[in-house]
Amino acid sequence: MEATTRQFTGNARQALKNDNLRAALDKLSHGFPYKRLEAAARLPEFEALRDQSRDIKAHVLENLDFYLQQFESKVIEQGGQVHWAKDAAEARDIILAICQEAGAETVTKSKSMIGEEIAINGHLEANGVRPVETDLGEYIIQLRKEPPSHLIAPAIHLSMDQVADTFKDKHREFAADRPLDQPRELLEEARTMLRREFLAADVGLTGANLLIAETGSIALVTNEGNADLTLTLPNTHIAIASIEKAVPTLEDATTILRVLARSATGQELSVYTTFVSGPKRPDDMDGPENFHVVLLDNGRTQMLGSEFHDMLRCIRCGACLNSCPVYGAIGGHAYGWVYSGPMGSVLMPGILGLEQTGDLPNASTLCGTCESVCPMRIPLPAMLRRWREQQHARRLTSTKSRMMLKLWAMLARRPGLYRAVMGLGVGFMRALAGGRGSLKSLPFAGGWTAVRDLPAPEGKTFTALWKERRK
Amino acid sequence: MIQQAPHVGLFATCLVDLMRPTVGFAAAKLLEDAGCRVDVPMDQTCCGQPAYNSGDTGEARAIAKHVIAAFEGFDYVVAPSGSCAGTLRVHYPQLLKDDAAWAARAEALAQKTHELFSFLTDVLNWMGGEARYDATATYHDSCSGLRELGIKQQPRTLLAGVEGLELKESREAEACCGFGGLFCVKYPDISERIVDVKTADLEATGADTLLGGDLGCLMNIAGRLKRQGSAVKVRHAAEVLAGMTGEVPPLGEGKNDGAED
Repeated sequence: MEATTRQFTGNARQALKNDNLRAALDKLSHGFPYKRLEAAARLPEFEALRDQSRDIKAHVLENLDFYLQQFESKVIEQGGQVHWAKDAAEARDIILAICQEAGAETVTKSKSMIGEEIAINGHLEANGVRPVETDLGEYIIQLRKEPPSHLIAPAIHLSMDQVADTFKDKHREFAADRPLDQPRELLEEARTMLRREFLAADVGLTGANLLIAETGSIALVTNEGNADLTLTLPNTHIAIASIEKAVPTLEDATTILRVLARSATGQELSVYTTFVSGPKRPDDMDGPENFHVVLLDNGRTQMLGSEFHDMLRCIRCGACLNSCPVYGAIGGHAYGWVYSGPMGSVLMPGILGLEQTGDLPNASTLCGTCESVCPMRIPLPAMLRRWREQQHARRLTSTKSRMMLKLWAMLARRPGLYRAVMGLGVGFMRALAGGRGSLKSLPFAGGWTAVRDLPAPEGKTFTALWKERRK
Repeated sequence: MIQQAPHVGLFATCLVDLMRPTVGFAAAKLLEDAGCRVDVPMDQTCCGQPAYNSGDTGEARAIAKHVIAAFEGFDYVVAPSGSCAGTLRVHYPQLLKDDAAWAARAEALAQKTHELFSFLTDVLNWMGGEARYDATATYHDSCSGLRELGIKQQPRTLLAGVEGLELKESREAEACCGFGGLFCVKYPDISERIVDVKTADLEATGADTLLGGDLGCLMNIAGRLKRQGSAVKVRHAAEVLAGMTGEVPPLGEGKNDGAED
């Protein structure tokens, strides 16, 4: 996927004009955050579990090499293979090579953000392998050739009518006048289409929510069971995961799973939670003959030990997106690449580079809601500020804004001068307002008055009046 | 235990200083009513957030040192803003933690810095004086005060003692208003959508007045309400608690409103 992170403001402007998107986002922000609160209220130890989950991942990140090697040797012990990919291109090549070795024509896929990050679908298509998304939301956006707009609800930006139109356009084998205005009807049709793909697939490609070092297992959560069909039916299963997904034990995995779904959707657990350990064993009734895990770095080891280290605790629950006022206004696509919301604005500069992602750390009110809901207690606002510090230090901000800031800061450290200048400014604004209480426009304040009036100042500054009245 | 009246340095905040001095006088009156001796150091300007949140830590540190030097002689530092108090309390120690000469001074200032309403209730255990304000109001919890300093109940406790005032809770009281300092001028259209959620939410309560504790948010919300033609009044809660609503019209209102621009 081509990154349009540099066009953030234009993307956002387009998004704000999209009424369908607005309706979808209103529904999202009135849904998941409240469900999360209710789920948290039902579990007295929820806050303690957040602390434990944070501590587990913090420990893993301190010992990542150890746990990844432990994971690798356990996978191999069970007859699986582990591949290390330093970047997206390597991961794509590894996956394509496995598919080609399997003689694959069709690859079913369950939802994977790493799959999006490495843009695997385009690479497979370009090489004659047909990828089929099997998560309903991903299936819909694949038909529409759109990227996901949310970590866990990839088609959240679409209305049901839009989905029905897409199905009518792409599923030509059904009667054109069939009813498609009920969720059930849409679901049945997608199920009919996907069932054959599941059975025809030569390779199943999944993500992994967790990599469990002590058992060499991957954990997968879905609400649709599509990952289970993806990984059990074909002869070859490839799981792709970024390296920070490791946890030491099954016990640790269950601790994190207890906060994951609750934070995401308010569910106690996702409908399906699956642990996969290696390929089919001789006594197993079914399962793939070949089991591969592709471990992706793609910038993670650069973040490790850096001031963005804590971001690697992220478990991609989407809670920060669900309650972010900026995400709620513009949706996921405006962010311009695979991730979005507060976690995306911290992560994407780390993967794509700060030069490509200048607006992302700035397009936040630093309201702190994201940190307050993050199950892993990632200090997202502090990290957005750190990216801003880097932008400033590396002179990636505009000369004009730097000069304005310098001028203001120079005044702020010289109270006498500050008072004289600000006193004049305040008097000017008061005179401009006349007897009115607010200004509709003001020179140099177009950013403010574009969308709101400016309440006029009372007239004199507090410090001037205090001096007059109290001294 | 401080035997004499606690000596409070009032950090008015730059917005109150420039835009709404009545809030400063209201804060001073409340502090004096609660038994404090109040001074306003003339060396104060701004807490430095515009530099800090723009990534200019060099300037942010310089301003922080300036504020520390101006205020460290007081028993307490009080600001009528959760955002600015949060900067002194939470962020100055982080900014200066590696500065041997300043780390302890920043920490000491942080320890004695408080937002106005939480200082009155949590520190002084003062539950309000006599004030009257006839209104049905809803309260906006500003982000920094709420999430950095845990200010939620304190202003409501104080406002409960105001005669004639009925407080109605809104569903999105804790939602960001879209101000965000420079955010609101850098990304006006996103900010507009966010503040519209806020104004719709407060209109839905049927309240005729919006109260809050941070002038930045209040100016943003009041400015948007004015642009929408709403009749909802906006005030800093300190004006109401100090009984000073007669001294200044609600934010954004004036005697010649309605006249042509």
